[in-house]
Amino acid sequence: MATDNILKNLILKVWRQASPKDKGKFVTYTIQNVSTGSSFFEMLDLLNDDLIRKGDEPVAFDHDCREGICGTCSLFINGKPHGPDNLITTCQLHMRKFKEGETITIEPWRSAAFPVMKDLIVDRNAFEKIIQAGGFVSVNTGGIPDANAIPIAHDAAEESMDAAQCIGCGACVAACKNASAMLFVAAKVSHLALLPQGKTEATRRAKAMVAKMDELGFGNCTNTGACEAECPKGISIANIARLNREFLVAKFQD
Amino acid sequence: MDRNLFSSSIGKKVIVAVSGAFLMSFLIVHLAINLTLIIDDTGLLFNSAAHFMATNPIIKIVEPILALGFAIHILYTIILTLQNMRSRPVRYARQDLSGASSWASRNMFILGGLVLTFLVMHLFHFFIKMKYTGDPLLDVKVMIDGELVKNGYLLVSSFFKDFLVYSIIYIVGAIFLGLHLVHGFWSAFQSLGLCNKIWLSRLQTVAVVFAAIMALGFSIIPIYFIIFF
Repeated sequence: MATDNILKNLILKVWRQASPKDKGKFVTYTIQNVSTGSSFFEMLDLLNDDLIRKGDEPVAFDHDCREGICGTCSLFINGKPHGPDNLITTCQLHMRKFKEGETITIEPWRSAAFPVMKDLIVDRNAFEKIIQAGGFVSVNTGGIPDANAIPIAHDAAEESMDAAQCIGCGACVAACKNASAMLFVAAKVSHLALLPQGKTEATRRAKAMVAKMDELGFGNCTNTGACEAECPKGISIANIARLNREFLVAKFQD
Repeated sequence: MDRNLFSSSIGKKVIVAVSGAFLMSFLIVHLAINLTLIIDDTGLLFNSAAHFMATNPIIKIVEPILALGFAIHILYTIILTLQNMRSRPVRYARQDLSGASSWASRNMFILGGLVLTFLVMHLFHFFIKMKYTGDPLLDVKVMIDGELVKNGYLLVSSFFKDFLVYSIIYIVGAIFLGLHLVHGFWSAFQSLGLCNKIWLSRLQTVAVVFAAIMALGFSIIPIYFIIFF
């Protein structure tokens, strides 16, 4: 394995915004001696360490598991959600993807439905509200059902799991030129609609989740496919076709 | 659920998809008739087709529906586009979508606007002259099935022969149309939910073929008249 190099100089153009009401602006920082083996967040940790030592406010950004499974991290890096690499979250992004002396632009997700809270942190509660509207299977009390009591075709289980990979990070909204949440909603509707447990509430679910999505100010999908390309989990836009189908079937039953 | 289907985002897209599909079916008929321009240099075939289209009662009924189809398609894309512009009030300082989506898919509204601009010009060149205002060239009447009819062939062929600039504009217009269709064709199926993982790539391939046939088909007519006359 190649040894890690040192990026002697990097220029960071970071969005700074003190509060949701603050106008916000880009602030340019320089950072020295970053190992290409370090993660993007370790690089930001270095920057913040520097800022704190100087008595400045550190850059606020969302992060949690740092292993690409929680969906907490975000960041629009050099024009792409989760940065230049494919099928990863920002926490899985490494500095080897950047060049010596490069200017790295770091912005928060931009969407009317995701207001900026501070610096690079956005409020993604809109996603929770969509889930609350119907992204669940109602379970009544009673005995624990046997795990294999309901037969599920292998293909359906696989497709459902593919959709269930969605970690709700919001990269689809961030990448979409219309800031549409269709891939997120499609993934959530699909992973339930494909299974017998989820079929019971399928019509109500599709209508409720789409209505909530529209209400929260997400844009309309124009099928550009940018969401799929930028999704860290590679969720297919074929799920959007399924959502459209589920929704239309439900609506025509009204 | 008090909301009406067509007030929802998906419902509005269904309107755009259905009207778009209807307009595409019109394009197929339009191209089929236009190709008679280059098949028969006497103009008999084109004039017969044009005469049929101008007099057939079914076409008379379809004509205002077609106009309505255009109006609905344009109106709803404007509504959707305006909503989409509001969904991102603060734009990115740097956004790179080049690898994530096709240029045509990102510029459907602009391409549609260009096609519309072309369409308006096109209506003034032929449709309005043939149907309403008339033209000296149309009056060089020809005999079809024992009836004297307007010479649409002469109007169209002279237009392309005499005005090289317009011929080029028509070729460019056909290219814009092709770019609009390369995304629009499969996108209509996707919006109607008539797509899945397997059919996604199939429909996208058919879209490329359909768009290429339309773009080449419509541009071959001015090219034919430039080269051979």
